[in-house]
Amino acid sequence: MSELTLTVMRLGFLAVLWLFVIVAVQVIRSDLFGTRVTQRGSRREAARPQQAARQQAAPPQQRAQQGGGGRRGRNAPTKLVVSEGTLTGTTVALQGQTITLGRAHDSTIVLDDDYASSRHARIYPDRDGQWIVEDLGSTNGTYLDRSRLTTPTPIPLGAPIRIGKTVIELRK
Amino acid sequence: MSSTSNTPTHHTSTIGAIGAPSRRNTELALLIFAVAIPVFAYANVGLALNDAVPAGLLGYGLGLGLLAGIAHLVVRKFAPYADPLLLPLATLLNGLGLVAIWRLDQSRLLQSIGVAGGKATNQLIYTAMGIGLFVAVLFFLKDHRTLQRYTYISMAASLVLLLLPLVPGLGADVYGAKIWISVGSFTIQPGEFAKIVLAIFFAGYLMVKRDALALASRRFMGLYLPRGRDLGPILVVWAISILILVFETDLGTSLLFFGMFVIMLYVATERTSWIVFGLLMSAAGAVGVASFEPHIQVRVQAWLDPMHEYVLSRTPGVTGVHSDQLQQALWAFGSGGTLGTGWGQGHSELIRFAANSDFILATFGEELGLAGIMAILLVYGLIVERGVRTALAARDPFGKLLAIGLSGAFALQVFVVAGGVMGLIPLTGMTMPFLAYGGSSVIANWALIGILIRISDTARRPAPTPAANPDAEMTQVVRPS
Repeated sequence: MSELTLTVMRLGFLAVLWLFVIVAVQVIRSDLFGTRVTQRGSRREAARPQQAARQQAAPPQQRAQQGGGGRRGRNAPTKLVVSEGTLTGTTVALQGQTITLGRAHDSTIVLDDDYASSRHARIYPDRDGQWIVEDLGSTNGTYLDRSRLTTPTPIPLGAPIRIGKTVIELRK
Repeated sequence: MSSTSNTPTHHTSTIGAIGAPSRRNTELALLIFAVAIPVFAYANVGLALNDAVPAGLLGYGLGLGLLAGIAHLVVRKFAPYADPLLLPLATLLNGLGLVAIWRLDQSRLLQSIGVAGGKATNQLIYTAMGIGLFVAVLFFLKDHRTLQRYTYISMAASLVLLLLPLVPGLGADVYGAKIWISVGSFTIQPGEFAKIVLAIFFAGYLMVKRDALALASRRFMGLYLPRGRDLGPILVVWAISILILVFETDLGTSLLFFGMFVIMLYVATERTSWIVFGLLMSAAGAVGVASFEPHIQVRVQAWLDPMHEYVLSRTPGVTGVHSDQLQQALWAFGSGGTLGTGWGQGHSELIRFAANSDFILATFGEELGLAGIMAILLVYGLIVERGVRTALAARDPFGKLLAIGLSGAFALQVFVVAGGVMGLIPLTGMTMPFLAYGGSSVIANWALIGILIRISDTARRPAPTPAANPDAEMTQVVRPS
């Protein structure tokens, strides 16, 4: 085998090895920056036809309820943000689903907090699209601003909801 | 979006914030790449050594490709949301290891001392067994949290595994380090499996105890000092690791074992003081044991002055164990330079014993040069990074700790071996994960990757649709508006 061929192969191999590393890093990069936003958008797009089909099939009275829900104003919150506590920075998009908070593993937001009960509270939209927080009989209570919740209460935009050391709020 | 909210069907919508696409196709593409690189290397070795493409190219290439393909299909079936990088990275390292072992098999010198010859075929069989265990992990371990139930069984199992080499008649003394057991014609390194079982125990234990270890402490000079009685667990683990060092005379296992505990303790409690304590204790222990244990002293001597050892090993009439291995390895790295000599054109066979296991990194250093070694270390780094990333994404504390423990142990092992071969720390008897020749290492590390893939699948899986809650419906009806 000629010296030249071997040199070319040697350098070629190193180039291929590094190319692999670079490709792998690119995959990580897209994992870090790409997925969240595009994914959330694309999944919603994908979900739409199904939702539409389901709406077609829904009985009339349900559709009336939807009409009520569709009238939400411009001040409707679009996401729930954890602003204090170990989960700081976590956001959950509000898409009409009930959000459960607690230490139980199947909660939407699993609180890692000694002061939280396993099923501590839930946040859900009422018929008018107003988001409501309800304490689920927790030991240490759920606080909206400074007051402890006793009944399901509508959440004003940006008002802090405190559970143990965790503070969450709804944002646009 | 508002049109989709507030319908009775809203329970079926999922949360967009957590979760990622499955990325299985990315994994497949990378996997093909990861199999192609070793095939290229294999052809290169053959061309350099014998001026011909080796006859076994198709066999090894298809073998590796088939194993990788099986692993990929199993991941696709049982862990569809798993991390796309772990499998290709491990496959690449395993494949490169196969090529280097095959390349050393061709050396007449190594064949004459029985270190090489047919080892690549064995390694391919070990790889198949490793992939088999990987498949079994993914198949039987549907949820990593079931491992939590076996916390204390794991403790007992890991102690047994660590103590097995000391059992008379079972343990084998291989060049001073007693970390092997021989069953029939096989030798097994139980420490490799112990690291996985131990990670399970530490994760289960620390998950329960971490609050006590983290909260009760005094602040002193910027460090949180734990209470005396909370030092108990770290002292016990330290004592056991010292016992391993004394009786098995293996610095690697001892360091791996203690280091993994300190890493997991730090992650569980978020207290830097544990790292300070851990470093002080391991340094004190190592120095203390080295002062009276002759085998460790030999290793430290060889580390401090490899050239002196080399000269002694060549001087007739000098008694005692003197090995020129480390000096030969350093020369191998040196002669490789920046870009290496090219596959098959180095002389790393001069390392002789353990050239294809503990010292395999020297072959890469010589034939691929600094550029190649850096790429390989980066691949290791990426595996660890994906493990840590999995831990960050995991939603349950046990999974977090287990993923950190496994990737921490992996990182420590790479550090201990690479550091030993490059002369940064005294040499130990551990093997480079995936690259080095050895059944235990390959099989155990594939199981480790399997567990990481399982945790990452759980962590990256989109949140399940919340079950329709009958209470919720009732509340909505009853609530006065």
